[in-house]
Amino acid sequence: MGKSIDINVHHVTRVEGHGNILVKAQDGKIEKVEWQVPEAPRFFEAMVRGRNYLDIQTIVSRICGICSVTHSLAAIKGVEDALEIEVSPQTDKLRILAHYSEQVESHSLHLGYLVAPDLLGVNSVVPLVASHPDVVKTVISLHKLGNQWMELLTGRMTHPVTIVPGGFTKLPTEAELRGLQKKIKEGIPALNTLKDVILSLASRLPAFDRPTEYVAVKDKSVYSFYHGDIASTDIEKTEDVHNFESCVNEYVSPQSTAKWTKWHRDSYAVGALARFNVNADLLLPMAKDVAKEFGLKKGCCNPYMNNVAQLLELYQVAEHGLQLIDEVLTASIKPEKPVSRPKAGEGVGCVEAPRGILFHRYAFDARGNCTRANICIPTGQNHANIQKDFEVLVPQFMDRGQDELKLIMEMLVRSYDPCISCSTHFLNIDFV
Amino acid sequence: MSKPRVAIFDFACCEGCQLQIVNMEEEIIDLLSVVTPVEWREAISDQSTEYDIAIIEGSITRPEDEERLKTIRDRAKVLIALGACATIGGVNKLKNNFGMDDVKSSVYGEARDMPHLSTYPTKAADEIVKVDYKVHGCPIDNREFAYIVKCIATGKEPVIPYYPVCVECKEKENVCRFEYGEICLGPITRAGCDARCPSNGAWCFGCRGFVDDPNMNAGREILEKYGKTVEDLMHRIVLFNTGRKEE
Repeated sequence: MGKSIDINVHHVTRVEGHGNILVKAQDGKIEKVEWQVPEAPRFFEAMVRGRNYLDIQTIVSRICGICSVTHSLAAIKGVEDALEIEVSPQTDKLRILAHYSEQVESHSLHLGYLVAPDLLGVNSVVPLVASHPDVVKTVISLHKLGNQWMELLTGRMTHPVTIVPGGFTKLPTEAELRGLQKKIKEGIPALNTLKDVILSLASRLPAFDRPTEYVAVKDKSVYSFYHGDIASTDIEKTEDVHNFESCVNEYVSPQSTAKWTKWHRDSYAVGALARFNVNADLLLPMAKDVAKEFGLKKGCCNPYMNNVAQLLELYQVAEHGLQLIDEVLTASIKPEKPVSRPKAGEGVGCVEAPRGILFHRYAFDARGNCTRANICIPTGQNHANIQKDFEVLVPQFMDRGQDELKLIMEMLVRSYDPCISCSTHFLNIDFV
Repeated sequence: MSKPRVAIFDFACCEGCQLQIVNMEEEIIDLLSVVTPVEWREAISDQSTEYDIAIIEGSITRPEDEERLKTIRDRAKVLIALGACATIGGVNKLKNNFGMDDVKSSVYGEARDMPHLSTYPTKAADEIVKVDYKVHGCPIDNREFAYIVKCIATGKEPVIPYYPVCVECKEKENVCRFEYGEICLGPITRAGCDARCPSNGAWCFGCRGFVDDPNMNAGREILEKYGKTVEDLMHRIVLFNTGRKEE
């Protein structure tokens, strides 16, 4: 085409954190395609050293405002693994329920506030208030549902208070859980509205396939976000979470303050599409139907379809959340207090953040003070994959011209629902 | 006066305080009647260098961020520090308990000296520029945020609690956390959170910073009464208040 392209997006907008996109092409020859992560590093693994095991989740929750429940749970699981603390089935179920609230809050925020403006051709959700009031109303109702759900289980929206090693500092009442059940049921029609909107705009998601490795948590009988081993679409057997370092193979890239990862290939992807590709058979009926409506099948390697995978996960956690509440109510809530005591040991916690698999490892001395920590964050695991996507995508879409290419690249980054604060923080596009 | 233009900027933080603004949902529309947002990277794609009110989220941890903050200060008539990272340094200041080389090595290993990984001890916004208003907490309370912004937009002086969390905790009729054998920072921490954590069965972590004039003698008495030491207290104070003046 003989085109010259110069894209330099310094701090991509409508993502969590700071990232840059840089593309340089002269006379149709690509000179540079780069995904840069300049977020200010925050050094959490260094900062938790010396802190008591009871304070760890309070600190690491602050890695990310949008995944604070997930980080808290990963830390608590790591602490409990290290200190050999067992929790009751009630605690386990209520934690999964708390964790689901974050998937609802985060996925609805991402799809409604960050992605929908791209599909509807505007700069933000603000103009949609006038042009698509029903869509905005629907998104607000779902986002609110996630927040109220989170506040009930964890004590507030963002940075949970009640979830601690050994259990909950405050339990919801049965009446409150029944109230939540009612709200979730009332949320299903709103989900259907959001689904219909996205379905009507799905053709605007770029057709772009690039086979890669997908990594997610896998449990025996449920589409899991919380329990299980590490599964990859490149291998048959699963890997124990205690060996996570040998799966993520972190390395420092000069393009990024967040560490990058690779396993069986140059890069791998984590997140809703990875979970779907690993666990699709275990989806509950509503989510399965949504997959069918969108023609989403296991093995999909279009990164833009991560948005659709998030949508069907909203159905999945709503349906499974209702079941969990039924189970807790049937057993009736017992007034359990969190029990824990210090002990030397080392442990790993692994859970799925809305944007992908998350690992925390901690070691403690006999007083229960942390001596060492290692945290591997989902967005960090996606950075290398975004770079590889860019390298294939730019030559394919260069003919569309600078503005459209820029939008397609920004949409790609948003599809991964990056949380750059988490991975340090990221997103700028530099087309130079 | 025409509607003030507002820009939100983030530095080293989790962006959870911006999320609390999003969490206002339709009540944001109420705020939009008194201010006009011109830059907010997390939520909108517009950018601007002309604004009246700058809202700063996050701590300063690098020389280049310090320069960026000074530029923002020069452009803004009013500067608001949003959340603990900006008001007091918050958890980011835990880093300051260690040497920077040690901190970098423990996260990045042998790559620690790569230039883009540089860092210096964490600073709150007012350690670099003049801060006109502080929205305390980790995360902020979005009702307090809306109140402060509305006050500024309408030329009123916001009233922020100067008394300790214990006052609000007593109003909630919570049992004192010290009675459970715990270390709680309620007696020295600024109220305004409705004693959110003690009301949910946890101790106060001190995320709103110290009260203006902490009664350290009363604090010592409480520690003695419950058989706790100053060291126990400090172990918890550093979570959000590393390096803050304490006696």
